[in-house]
Amino acid sequence: MKGRRRTTPKTSAARAPAARRVVILVATRKGAWLYHGDAARKTWRVDGPHFLGHVISHLVLDPRDGRTLLAAAKTGHLGPTVFRSTDLGRTWKEAARPPAFAKAPEGEKGRSVDHTFWLTPAPAAEPNVWYAGTSPQGLFRSADGGVTWEPFSGINDDPQYRTWMGTVQDGTPDGPKLHSIIVDPRDSRHLYFAMSGGGVHESIDGGRTFAPLVKGLEVVEGFDAANVAFHDPHCVRLAPSNPDRLYQQNHCGLYRLDRPSKEWVRVGRQMPKRAGDIGFPLVVHPRDADTVWMFPMDGTTVWPRTSPEGIPAAYVTRNGGKSWQRLDGGLPKRQAWWTVKRQAMTADARDPVGLYFGTTSGELWQSRDEGRRWSCMARHLPEIYAVEAAEPA
Amino acid sequence: MKVVIPGALLSYTAQRQVDASGATLGAVLAELDRQFPGIRFRMVDEQDRVRRHIRMFVNGDQVFDLSQPVRSTDEVVIVQALSGG
Repeated sequence: MKGRRRTTPKTSAARAPAARRVVILVATRKGAWLYHGDAARKTWRVDGPHFLGHVISHLVLDPRDGRTLLAAAKTGHLGPTVFRSTDLGRTWKEAARPPAFAKAPEGEKGRSVDHTFWLTPAPAAEPNVWYAGTSPQGLFRSADGGVTWEPFSGINDDPQYRTWMGTVQDGTPDGPKLHSIIVDPRDSRHLYFAMSGGGVHESIDGGRTFAPLVKGLEVVEGFDAANVAFHDPHCVRLAPSNPDRLYQQNHCGLYRLDRPSKEWVRVGRQMPKRAGDIGFPLVVHPRDADTVWMFPMDGTTVWPRTSPEGIPAAYVTRNGGKSWQRLDGGLPKRQAWWTVKRQAMTADARDPVGLYFGTTSGELWQSRDEGRRWSCMARHLPEIYAVEAAEPA
Repeated sequence: MKVVIPGALLSYTAQRQVDASGATLGAVLAELDRQFPGIRFRMVDEQDRVRRHIRMFVNGDQVFDLSQPVRSTDEVVIVQALSGG
């Protein structure tokens, strides 16, 4: 396989499940939209806006029932909340107790959740369990399908973790994020999460304790890689077909980790110099752990975070990062200064895999052939924060 | 007492003016939340701090302290300041 360039999209031995229709869930700075695809994923019925004017950081369909949607919401002027629909967005009800930090003891200054940023449903073995990551960085869990939420694991108030989390000044422009919450599909007690400032962390005891998982990762020149606070993961994904493999798009390159090793390997070094290996999102093939897509951005000088040279492209590896190919068919060839955020690129489970990404300039793009050819699904949306592909029941 | 609700929170109350009782402003907000679940957390955070763009007036005077006593004849006006784009 090494070095051989594939001419057709790869279909692994584990075939795709019987084709079900795909819905694309788009969360934006001004509301949410659902795009219901036809069987061929060629035409899309638009359902939205939902929550017009609300900041929707993440919109996720529960894969365990194919009907329940959770939306992480706030407005610019009101506190954060989570909305829940059990009928695929026809009706919504607010969580009775949204994620919120514990009340600080008298005389101490407690934190308050600015917004819920990330939502992760637990595997099928834990029905109704969801995890949420917030800004400022906090970890929360719901055991009742997202109706009520509780702080999870103790890290929110742990002095060491609070040091690694830093302050609001250490985070992204709209606040530091706890993201990439991953539950091992084989063992619900095995968890990972990442912090936009503060590294990647793992628990093997159901969240009772967490430990940093940052060996091998680089940090910005001049900083000490031994200090967890200086690690800046953008997006961590577990390979669905091999839960012992993780990939990470980091502020300082693109990495792979094969467990039980605890040392990340920078596989982005093989990316063409023209593109580099800096970006926000990362997508792993649903049935092939060697196939990964990334979307490079300009991380030079003052970090524009736009497509390098104003020419957008995705890149794919089909050998676990040993080599990468450019995928820009159908994308603009000049003057397209796109930013694709860490939650704004995803894949469906069809064969060939469909890929989807949204830009901060409000364009939604798709590929039905694993990235060889792209087409625009929607323009003129608000700034896109997150894109998810799901299969309704 | 009469409580005037800002437009951004009409999704909870469906009416501009509602009635709620309580001996303090905080108690009035708690009563509002019993009537309209979720409304308080949109205005007051988990540390009992009034959120940045929310202002509350009792009989025309701005109040920041939720322990401020109120009477049944008072009028509470909740205002949502606007900024951003």
